[in-house]
Amino acid sequence: MRFLESPVGRKLVMTVSGLSMIGFVIIHLLGNTSLYYGADSINAYAKALHGLPPLLWGFRLVMLIMVSLHVFYGISLTLENRGAKTGKYAVRENVRSTFAGRSMIWTGLFIGAFIIYHLLHFTFQVIDPGTAASGHADALGRPDVFMMVVLNFRRLAVSSLYVCAMAALGLHLLHSLQSAFQTMGLSSDRTLPVIVRAGALAALLISLGYAAFPLSVLAGIIR
Amino acid sequence: MNLTLYVWRQSGPDEPGRLEQYEAWEITPDMSFLEMLDVVNEGLIKSGKEPIAFDHDCREGICGMCSQVINGVPHGPQKKTTVCQLHMRHFKDGDTLYIEPWRSRAFPVIKDLIVDRSALDRIIQAGGYISVHTGGVPDADAVLIPKADADTAMDAAECIGCGACVAACPNGSAMLFTAAKVAHLATLPQGRVEAARRVCVMTEAMLKEGFGSCSNHYECQAVCPKGISVQFIAKLNREFIKASFKKAGSY
Ligand code: FES
Repeated sequence: MRFLESPVGRKLVMTVSGLSMIGFVIIHLLGNTSLYYGADSINAYAKALHGLPPLLWGFRLVMLIMVSLHVFYGISLTLENRGAKTGKYAVRENVRSTFAGRSMIWTGLFIGAFIIYHLLHFTFQVIDPGTAASGHADALGRPDVFMMVVLNFRRLAVSSLYVCAMAALGLHLLHSLQSAFQTMGLSSDRTLPVIVRAGALAALLISLGYAAFPLSVLAGIIR
Repeated sequence: MNLTLYVWRQSGPDEPGRLEQYEAWEITPDMSFLEMLDVVNEGLIKSGKEPIAFDHDCREGICGMCSQVINGVPHGPQKKTTVCQLHMRHFKDGDTLYIEPWRSRAFPVIKDLIVDRSALDRIIQAGGYISVHTGGVPDADAVLIPKADADTAMDAAECIGCGACVAACPNGSAMLFTAAKVAHLATLPQGRVEAARRVCVMTEAMLKEGFGSCSNHYECQAVCPKGISVQFIAKLNREFIKASFKKAGSY
């Protein structure tokens, strides 16, 4: 049987694509912390990234492939798994599975929709052209990313949406990190409890780290 | 003690099923769960009704025939215990119990609480064996096996093939069952020879039989009457990765 037809093979694709997205999420989070150092810092960071178009677009292409694989196999495996059950139990008790684990498809779809919104919002800047960084240069003539982020996050509706999306990301990661280790065969009776806890901690740190940006703007820490 | 039961009744594979209410009277705490059902069935037979059909054989927790979901948990509330070894002392007078069959597309209901689990046999037929020469019996210590490996293989071999892992899995996956067999044989030198082929054909057979795939909820280990560990699923995954790096078509 070919690799991509096997149930294990497809899950390995989910794992590798998922881990590369986690890698991106961590780099993105670290890059964003330049917001705390003020306008000059993040505008310079954004300008530097855009100064290397082949690298930037190469990176974007890889991420697009990873996201597409993850979404495609995520949805098809979920549908296949649903099809493997006939009828529901009248009474059902979950002994060990978690809410985070059982809602992977829903948090996943929500994060997917959020990524599209976020790209249109801050990357392609078409949702609210009035605040677009591309239309406003800072004192040094660079696109004013700082202003765009701050103006948008000052709106409660926008900030709430970002915080909700990060809660969904946290839930998704809560299950995925331990799941990735198990699928790659890197866990055992001894290590699994440690991996589950370390994964939960990482999920918490990542989602809180991101949620801190809109919250800091609302609280006036970033302005 | 007296109990109220809601039992899944279904007269045949293609008939619609439903939960029906029964009273179980004068049950003693020393009875096993199946003996309690025997009492109910005697009452049903006496009043000219169809008794509840359920699977059982050894009634000592080793054959894996008994298969009932009790209040939403396969094999009921007692950890590492088959239905036949579950005793009524774990319930209280006046309890209400919901008793349902394993639910999975690969396990069609034959009647009431009895499901057809031959899909698991077909997974074994695909590769859950080792090929050996027949003839003279080899010396017992001809092949040396480290104690730790023998223990691991025995832990995996404890699986009695009851299918509770499938019944509990939100994805209807038979991964714990398949992994127990793969890990059991791959841990021993006699099983190593065919290990790469085995993991491929057994997971393929699992898919063909209509089981879902594992998404690491570990509900299976929690309900397994033998406490088979999900670390064997990790082992299966390792074996699969190793097999994938072998030359294509090597099996
Ligand atoms: S009847 Fe044999 S294990 Fe329960």
